[in-house]
Amino acid sequence: MQTLTQKLANPTRFMQLSGTMLPWIAGAAAVIIAYGLYLVFAVSPPDYQQGETVKIMYIHVPSAWLAMMAYGLVAVSSFGLLVFRHPLADVSAKAAVPIGAAFTFLALFTGSLWGKPMWGTYWVWDARLTSVLILFFLYLGLMALRSSMDDESTAAKLTAVLALVGVAILPIIKFSVDWWNTLHQPSTGFTSTVDPSLRVPLLIMALGFTLLFFAMHLKAMRNEILRRRVKAMRVADIAHRDGMSALSNPVAG
Amino acid sequence: MNAFWTLVGRDIRLAVREGGALGTALGFFLIVVAMMPLGLGPDLNLLSRIAPGILWIALLLAALLSLGRIFETDYEDGTLDVFATASLPLELVAAAKALAHWLTTGIPLALLAPVLGVLLNLDVKTYPVLMATMLVGTPAVSFLGAIGAALTVKARRGGLLLALIVLPLYVPTLIFGISVISASAGPSGVGSSFLILMAISLISIALGPLAAAAALRIQLQ
Repeated sequence: MQTLTQKLANPTRFMQLSGTMLPWIAGAAAVIIAYGLYLVFAVSPPDYQQGETVKIMYIHVPSAWLAMMAYGLVAVSSFGLLVFRHPLADVSAKAAVPIGAAFTFLALFTGSLWGKPMWGTYWVWDARLTSVLILFFLYLGLMALRSSMDDESTAAKLTAVLALVGVAILPIIKFSVDWWNTLHQPSTGFTSTVDPSLRVPLLIMALGFTLLFFAMHLKAMRNEILRRRVKAMRVADIAHRDGMSALSNPVAG
Repeated sequence: MNAFWTLVGRDIRLAVREGGALGTALGFFLIVVAMMPLGLGPDLNLLSRIAPGILWIALLLAALLSLGRIFETDYEDGTLDVFATASLPLELVAAAKALAHWLTTGIPLALLAPVLGVLLNLDVKTYPVLMATMLVGTPAVSFLGAIGAALTVKARRGGLLLALIVLPLYVPTLIFGISVISASAGPSGVGSSFLILMAISLISIALGPLAAAAALRIQLQ
């Protein structure tokens, strides 16, 4: 009996499965986010202190959560590539990095917009903000390293090494800045200290964003597989043509 | 272990005799520090307050510029391929080269720092603490830098890429290097921050060669 990951090692099977799942996940994400936005703007009351700016939180918190989850996914995929040589692991890591970077940027950007009215400044060198900014730099480094190599399989493995080094260093960065300075409120962990009228929409938005992430991730993985197939076909085509010309003109070869 | 020390000695001799390598890092360190008062204005009180930060950042940048040297020339002339097939594990090769980099870059830069502290009106009492943090922190700079140098050994436009990869990894070293110095002025002393700085260096020494060797192996296949 094959496990799911073993079955998915076959790209054709992955394409079939993801093709069936993608519309459902994307549809569920759209419905849940629409419902979440309805709750946020029509039902949930403004915070007694923060007023309407509390609505930024419904984008900010899910983005920050996905920024970290995406890095976790990149790290697990990198491990899968280096240790198990799973053929889809690199596709998954490559697809997750830009999406993770985008959510990291979104978390920083929305946090900055919220900080201006609440803290009186767009940016502070606070522990949480700094460590998320460094996470963003790590994402940029992963993308830059991958794009710097011509050979895709070398680039994939090197990027995986850097992603795993990043995993080791992220907690150190996190703790080092924690010791430093803190203005950002600690996480409530979706617990009951937040009133349900604010917490329920937040949970729904987080769920919707997570589904959105997986929909985008699956779509990006499918695109990457198709891109590789096109590339392989082009290479085969050129090799075929060169082979023909070499036959007709053996001296030039 | 003999091969390990031979390799360290070879890299040190190369760094010293090639000229340029060591001198350039020190010269760069000097010029960056000298540019700071020109940009910030000659206010001595301000300079003495921010001097440790300037010195640490200038040290990181100077070390960063010399990181390419760790593997690049050996990769270009094929020496690295010989190392890869030699009996000495590639992890130890990476460790030896990072150690040589620390001995020829980290220590000279740390020793030069107090001299440049004079330019920035740094309080004489902080000289020993500054040098201690730099001597203890620079192994992390060399061994984490070796990871970046190994990852980018084959890359086009390696220099900027190296900076983008390595500087985020230097954040903890920088933060604790500075926090030791600012804690030394306070009543509690330098204790815990200094121990954490040491721990970061030790983690880097343990982790750096493994990751660097993995990166080299991928590229030498």
